[in-house]
Amino acid sequence: MSSTLIAEQLLNGLQFGLMLFLIAAGLTLVFGILDILNVAHGSLYMAGAYVAAQTMQVTQSFVAAVVVAAVVTGLVGLVLELVLIRRLVIRDHLAQVLGTFAVILIANDVVKMIWGPAPMMMSMPPALSGPVQLLPDLMYPAYRLLIIAVGLAAALGLYLFVTRTKAGVLVRAGASNRQMATLMGVRVPLLFLGVFVLGAMLAALAGALLGPVTAIQTGMGEQILILVLVCIVIGGIGSMRGAFVGALLVGFVDTAGRAFLPSLLKIFFLPAVASSVGPTLAALSIYILMAVVLVFRPSGLFPARG
Amino acid sequence: MRPTLFNAKIFSALGLVLLLAFPLLAPALNLDFYVSFVRRVLIFALAATSLNFILGYGGMVALGHAAFFGAGAYVVAMLSVQGVSQALIAWPAAMLAAGALAFVIGVISLRTRGVYFIMITLAFAQMVFYLFISLRQYGGEDGINLAGPTLIPGFNLADDRTFYYVVLCVVLVCVWWLNRLIQARFGQALQGIRENESRMEALGYPVFRIKLLAFVIAGAMAGLAGALLASHNQFVSPSLMHWTASANLIIMVIVGGIGLRYGGLVGAAVMLWLEEVLRLYTDYWHLPLGVLLLAIVLFAPRGLAGMFNQGGTR
Repeated sequence: MSSTLIAEQLLNGLQFGLMLFLIAAGLTLVFGILDILNVAHGSLYMAGAYVAAQTMQVTQSFVAAVVVAAVVTGLVGLVLELVLIRRLVIRDHLAQVLGTFAVILIANDVVKMIWGPAPMMMSMPPALSGPVQLLPDLMYPAYRLLIIAVGLAAALGLYLFVTRTKAGVLVRAGASNRQMATLMGVRVPLLFLGVFVLGAMLAALAGALLGPVTAIQTGMGEQILILVLVCIVIGGIGSMRGAFVGALLVGFVDTAGRAFLPSLLKIFFLPAVASSVGPTLAALSIYILMAVVLVFRPSGLFPARG
Repeated sequence: MRPTLFNAKIFSALGLVLLLAFPLLAPALNLDFYVSFVRRVLIFALAATSLNFILGYGGMVALGHAAFFGAGAYVVAMLSVQGVSQALIAWPAAMLAAGALAFVIGVISLRTRGVYFIMITLAFAQMVFYLFISLRQYGGEDGINLAGPTLIPGFNLADDRTFYYVVLCVVLVCVWWLNRLIQARFGQALQGIRENESRMEALGYPVFRIKLLAFVIAGAMAGLAGALLASHNQFVSPSLMHWTASANLIIMVIVGGIGLRYGGLVGAAVMLWLEEVLRLYTDYWHLPLGVLLLAIVLFAPRGLAGMFNQGGTR
């Protein structure tokens, strides 16, 4: 196991973790402020990927693809909030899960109607399709570096937004005590709407960025949603910092598990055992991580509310 | 307006007679195909009823019930591959295994509350899901066929009708027993916990143990339903325990009527029937299903059975 391989896997883990964070941030904000468990958040990610791929095909411009994806998905989020989420705020978690699960069913079929059942491909911006030499013997795909850069920038921007702006203060006020915030004159419905649309746009950003490196298909939303839920549960639902730590943890553990666990097990067990148990353990690793965290910290690493 | 017990009795008696008579009438009505379909409905009704027990009466929103269902199915398939096709061994084994799995998951999950409980049951179900995907000797992602039909001495389960009556019998006994349990002191305590956990604790009830036992019972029942499904399909695959399968079970309970005696049955029947019908007309059958689900969540939170049974046994 060479140090370049480790460095490469660390970068992969960072990239995966940052993308998970973009999606998790929206979900955890929505949960923290609206107290809604929105399982359709993955569908917004899917919408972002599809719109981005379509725009890329038409305009051949990657920047346009990302911007259009964010704007269109933001609008979808706007409609979703006004039509459905608003009504679910006063309901229990069970109704919220089911109501938003219905949105998944609808969204998957709508996407299939528009783009067909076959997976869609999104081409990479040509300028970034090659590898970059990071260290003397470490080549890394330029596009993945871009994902890392954009992910870091978005995380930093989000941090500054929440901690340094007026709107961020309102968001934090709403998250820590909604009733108090209302009494202090925060226009909560507008705040809800803004937060939901922001979350949708972040998910779309992740969808557009990951578009060229994943197969864009129906069901991609549910797949990533589960991972994202694991992130925010580990971090503490509703906590931004928790979502960040949780997403990076999941990103690293998952990547490292897949890359190193099989060969690591070979040191201790027979090769036959290692090669069959390794991949299984790797697939389970993040769920084991989550279960362990919840056993010791039943409300996550950074509980949002006392 | 309270429902009269009389009404409920007439309804269930009518339903029972229909279920008993159906395979006999089906050939005359040219509905042979539906014998197997109704059997599948009954199997899912058992799974949904077991979920309703903890969801509706225990207030535990478990989003991982399909794990027990799938585990039960896999036990039957694995035993069959190893040469054990006797239902009287395989089905109880499936129940035991699913119950044991529920015990392990329950001990950890029931420490958490609210959204965290939803999430951790989901995570455990995903673990089980990936575990079975990685079992290559049992088909991995593609699933595996049973080695042969399941056997019960004296019955020919390969016959559609005989198997139907066996399933009906198992399901009725389970549903009847669960309903007895709900009326019993244990069930009353469980409902008390749903309403106010700290109060029940203060009254001296072993809250955690009651919840855990209910969770294990529901898991074992779901395992039995999975075992029946494995024998019914002669095939199992990990998709049985995908998280959307767990969500579908919850939907059945909600559509049928959460915390209502026949909620699971009504929900399973309605949902599977709708799926069947919609598939005939369109490839996009998820969409109308989603719209219906939205309508039920927004406008009829007590489900379809709840509409007939206002203010009933909840």
